[in-house]
Amino acid sequence: MSLETIEFTVVGSGAAVPLVGRAHYGVVGSGDLEVLLEPKAAEAAVSVRIVTPVKGFDTLWKRVVEHFVAETGLAGASIEINDNNASPAIVALRLRQALVEAKA
Amino acid sequence: MKTEQRWDRLAADTCQRLEAAAPYIGAGKRVKAEDTVALLKAVIRSGDRVNIEGNNQKQADFLADCLNKVDPAEIHDLHMVQSCVPLASHLDMFERGIAKKLDFAFGGPQAGRVAKFIREGKIQLGAIHTYLELFGRYFLDLTPRVSLICAYEADREGNLYTGFNTEDTPVIVEATKFRQGIVIAQVNKIVDKLPRVDIPADWVDAVVESPKPFFIEPLFTRDPGLVTDNHVLLGMLALKGIYAEYKVKRINHGIGFLTSAIELILPTYGAELGLKGEVCTHMVLNPHPTMIPAIEAGWVDTIHCFGGELGMEEYVKARSDVFFTGPDGSLRSNRAFAQTAGHYALDMFIGGTLQIDEWGNSSTATANRVAGFGGAPNMGCDAKGRRHATESWLKCGREVPHMADQIGVMPRGKRLVVQGAETFGEARAPTFVEKLDAWQLAENAGLELPPVMIYGDDVTHIVTEEGIAYLNRAPDMAARMAAIRAVAGYTEVGLKADLAETKRLREARIFMTPEDLGVDRNRANRDLLAARSMRDLVDISGGLYNPPARFRNW
Repeated sequence: MSLETIEFTVVGSGAAVPLVGRAHYGVVGSGDLEVLLEPKAAEAAVSVRIVTPVKGFDTLWKRVVEHFVAETGLAGASIEINDNNASPAIVALRLRQALVEAKA
Repeated sequence: MKTEQRWDRLAADTCQRLEAAAPYIGAGKRVKAEDTVALLKAVIRSGDRVNIEGNNQKQADFLADCLNKVDPAEIHDLHMVQSCVPLASHLDMFERGIAKKLDFAFGGPQAGRVAKFIREGKIQLGAIHTYLELFGRYFLDLTPRVSLICAYEADREGNLYTGFNTEDTPVIVEATKFRQGIVIAQVNKIVDKLPRVDIPADWVDAVVESPKPFFIEPLFTRDPGLVTDNHVLLGMLALKGIYAEYKVKRINHGIGFLTSAIELILPTYGAELGLKGEVCTHMVLNPHPTMIPAIEAGWVDTIHCFGGELGMEEYVKARSDVFFTGPDGSLRSNRAFAQTAGHYALDMFIGGTLQIDEWGNSSTATANRVAGFGGAPNMGCDAKGRRHATESWLKCGREVPHMADQIGVMPRGKRLVVQGAETFGEARAPTFVEKLDAWQLAENAGLELPPVMIYGDDVTHIVTEEGIAYLNRAPDMAARMAAIRAVAGYTEVGLKADLAETKRLREARIFMTPEDLGVDRNRANRDLLAARSMRDLVDISGGLYNPPARFRNW
């Protein structure tokens, strides 16, 4: 199984909510993924790194993560995702769950 | 002068055919398996309308194989009128030229070949129906001349026991026999005494003990181990935003993991919402194994079944307060009656789909497969002939702002028709699309209409991970389309959503997010399932549920 790495940064607009703690959420089971959220105090932007076996869905990944950042106002953080064929719905769900974990 | 007119030609013709078949029919209408092809040759004529019983569960497979063995030079151009064509043999007879025309409801695994054969002219398609629609036509213009049916057992006189999987048999036999047709049954076993009589012997002309038991598919078994957190989220949204909101008591659950998830969180999340006794009390449903936890927890008053489900026999027998069972104790399923209840007496249908367009039309068709409809459209529609009121039906109708355009000040209810799906399905195929694949299929297979499972004007609610679109509350088509865009997520359709407009829809409660509904996404977790594995289902059933081997992993 060859893996694809997608990297990009998202600059949130509006109220920036810097990440306080770090979080590791989910497992790389079939149709699932793990999310690592880490604070990155020096920058306001959110850097994103996704490792996935699925090719050709870069735009879709960007849409999901950008929307997550826009809705939550997340800033100053890095998001790392290790994916195993998760659907966009599961990606969005895990990101939110990881954020709750990071705040806890 | 008055010419003598005969009014019993059908009966005379039947008599003649049965005389030709007489050498093969012994005492108790019994025919030896090896004489079956000869029997069929004696009673079937080219151009006949023939029914081979088979739906998505049990199949008269031996008789279908035998019909394939007749010489197409002798018997050809048959007009097949039957619920389903899921077996290879159903299509082989078109390949061989034995059959020519097809009127059916469901294609199943042969859907790809159905499309191909229509395109190649091997199948002359009458129409794709819903079950009730096709059954209706059995009594008007599509009455079978010969029906090849399927039962568990026959006795020495030819009475039949169809038992747990009675399904379509009564409606086929009624239509065929009472219009002087010929009924031939394959049975697994001939016995001295039947557990009960489902079809009386004098409605049956010949009985064949088949070399193997008939094929049957456990189509409605969903392994709780495969229910995802996202199914749980959709289930929570449906329970809070629809079941609780409308207090829906009379429900059909479609096939799929969303409804399995709902069934499995009734005793947990549903109980927390205080819904026990308030929702899901009366159901039209196959014996879904995932209903076991809710039934055991006392949620359900009544379940009537279209068909059986492998492995649920003993459980159903031991729960006769809930299921319709015969004097012998076993289930009596009946597709025609269950579909009638589904069409007229339900307050809600909820099920999954493959594609929804921008107007809310919903379809499971793909470009090269004629899958057909089965029974979903009969339940996934507003029955216009309904005249009795229930609380949820009235509430759904009261919320329709444009009702007055149709019938002025006259109050009227509306069935809840709910489509639930993730915004992206298998292999990230978008659920929300600008044009349904059904259009392409209609073109590829030369159909008169794109096969739409549920029309937009019947869909009242759409549930996705983004939230719920309350289409019944939309004042006009523009608002309805905007609500659909709002639940369409990151699909191309969803990206057209205007944020300000979505906000207005939320204020008007035409679109509601999980947060608006008070559904905590962080609780969307498999821990909420009342059973997390097949083994759990067996344990909760007290060992009465006996899953087929392929579902056992312990």
